[in-house]
Amino acid sequence: MIITGNNVSKEFIRQGKGTNRFVAVKQTQIRIEEGKLTLLTGRSGSGKSTLLNMLAGLLAPTSGTVMYGDDDIYSLDDEKLSAFRMENIGVIPQGQTAVGTLTVIENICLSYMLKGADDRASVYSYARELMARFGIPELENELPSALSGGELRRMAIARAMIRKPGVIFADEPTCDLDDENTELVLKILKNTAENGTSVFVVSHEKDAAQYADFCYSMNAGEISAL
Amino acid sequence: MKLTESLSFKNIKGRPARSLALTILTAIMAASIVVGTVTVTSLKTGLGALESRLGADIMVVPASAASKKNFENIVLQGSKGYFYMDRTYYDKVAEREGIEKISAQLFLASASAGCCSVPLQIIGYDPETDFTVSPWIRKSTGGELGLLDVVVGNDLSVFVGDTITFYNVRCNVVAKLDKTGTDLDTAVYTNTDTIKRLIESSLELGMNDFRDIDPDKVVSCILIKVADDHPVDEVLNDLNLHVRRTKSFKTKDMISGVSDSLIGVSGIIGILMCAVWLLGLVILFLAFTLSVNERRKEFAVLRIAGASRRKISRTVVSEALIITLGGSIAGTAAGLLIMLPFNGLIEESMGLPFLLPEAWVIIVLCFAAIVVSAAAGAASSAYSAHRVSRLDAGLVLRGDN
Ligand SMILES: Nc1ncnc2c1ncn2[C@@H]1O[C@H](COP(=O)(O)OP(=O)(O)OP(=O)(O)O)[C@@H](O)[C@H]1O
Ligand SMILES: [Mg+2]
Repeated sequence: MIITGNNVSKEFIRQGKGTNRFVAVKQTQIRIEEGKLTLLTGRSGSGKSTLLNMLAGLLAPTSGTVMYGDDDIYSLDDEKLSAFRMENIGVIPQGQTAVGTLTVIENICLSYMLKGADDRASVYSYARELMARFGIPELENELPSALSGGELRRMAIARAMIRKPGVIFADEPTCDLDDENTELVLKILKNTAENGTSVFVVSHEKDAAQYADFCYSMNAGEISAL
Repeated sequence: MKLTESLSFKNIKGRPARSLALTILTAIMAASIVVGTVTVTSLKTGLGALESRLGADIMVVPASAASKKNFENIVLQGSKGYFYMDRTYYDKVAEREGIEKISAQLFLASASAGCCSVPLQIIGYDPETDFTVSPWIRKSTGGELGLLDVVVGNDLSVFVGDTITFYNVRCNVVAKLDKTGTDLDTAVYTNTDTIKRLIESSLELGMNDFRDIDPDKVVSCILIKVADDHPVDEVLNDLNLHVRRTKSFKTKDMISGVSDSLIGVSGIIGILMCAVWLLGLVILFLAFTLSVNERRKEFAVLRIAGASRRKISRTVVSEALIITLGGSIAGTAAGLLIMLPFNGLIEESMGLPFLLPEAWVIIVLCFAAIVVSAAAGAASSAYSAHRVSRLDAGLVLRGDN
């Protein structure tokens, strides 16, 4: 799946200092290639997450379009866009995002709890396969509160991958992890890209560049290729 | 096989304390509907039964007995007042205009009946003219009372076929009347002949209470049904003007005190119910709003997993609905458990005619209580459901570390 952002920009109205418009992402052109890992770096507050969310179908741009192949996803209504996201887009958000009342495997299969699977057994066995691949095979029935940060992050990656989406977005997937876990997570993402998925990663990590096929940097809402 | 395990159920189970508290709250709301409405309907049913049992439009008593308070006592509290007047008054009253039916009753008090811990009021009626008790008696026995037959009020713990002894005279219980929810339920009805036997026997026993009472010569009260073409008030005024040393009352007025207090009690119950509901709805509203606020991130995660805005708000509402439905069913059951076994106690403590309505009315009320409380509870989550569905997942999940 090739994803292109055409002149996407995002303005926020900041409260407090009058009605102050603030442009978080300016007229940005970007292309995410199939089977490649695309890396975006940049200072805090430069607009990386905002851009990622727009590309991932979670935040409508103020102007510009986001195309998945030939389809403009923001021309879809919420119902259709949500269904599209469920099938095609995996997102690993910034921070910890487990649903506390669900077990690890239920968290991983979350999208199937929203929309039933025909074959629960095969969904669960794929979830177990992912857990094994990510080194958390024995945590299936734990609650998220029992997991470490690295384990939770791997759980979130498995959750994003459970429907084998064409594209995966990861926002700071390694920021609170130790070196060992950082390497593990980046390897998983690289490996996923090599298997044909488009992968888009936002990261501060210097080491991340060595896994990337394309690197971009963001500065005050403006993007530049590295 | 499907993997659509309900997220709502999981959420409810995952937050047992909150879920339980909200369930109990809706239960209280539902129970307040059941207890409140069943009580008010019971009071209305009781009043209706009382009205139809009185049967007469006007009641004439000796002027000496004629304070209104006295009257309510006689009607509602059975055995507390006794008075007699000469039978000639009966003839005088009967001569007046606009009287369709007229009959006299004689009241006797029983000291103790062997069966009953409370003194009973024995009401003697004249089978030839009676139009108030006879229809009830006919309904219960299918005929007239023979000598020493009695009909008992619903609250007496004797049964048809039993005997009951007054002044050494064994009387046969041939029927038990329907409940009125008043102290008439502890009265005993019988005909004049039996009354005579009871008086004779009491004299033989050396009790002189009734020595001056000759059922052929005295009556306690005269009951009148007014002819259709005469206004009740007109006949009433006429009687009060022309039949001296008696006092006539409209039976409706006699129980107006009852219906006034009924309106008062219903009002208080209504206010209490409103208060419980207002408070309940505010708490539910706040609880759902807080809980949804607290879980913004969780809903954002659902969004990235592919939940549409509609799905999100449905999840919130269905979670609320599960809780409030459970609560309403439990509360309704609890309300019934209060009302059904304890209605006697409630009746006693209120001192008003109180008669549970028929089963189907109670069933309808319970059903309505369940539906209304569950719907109100769910509706109180509508605002938070709407708000959370407007969330931008991207913004909620953006940088929080
Ligand atoms: N809802 C909002 N309202 C107002 N301003 C916002 C909003 N969301 C983001 N911004 C602003 O947009 C800018 C970019 O935010 P964004 O989260 O994209 O930065 P970032 O590059 O991801 O930073 P970090 O590395 O810290 O995650 C910031 O200056 C932020 O204050
Ligand atoms: Mg960010």
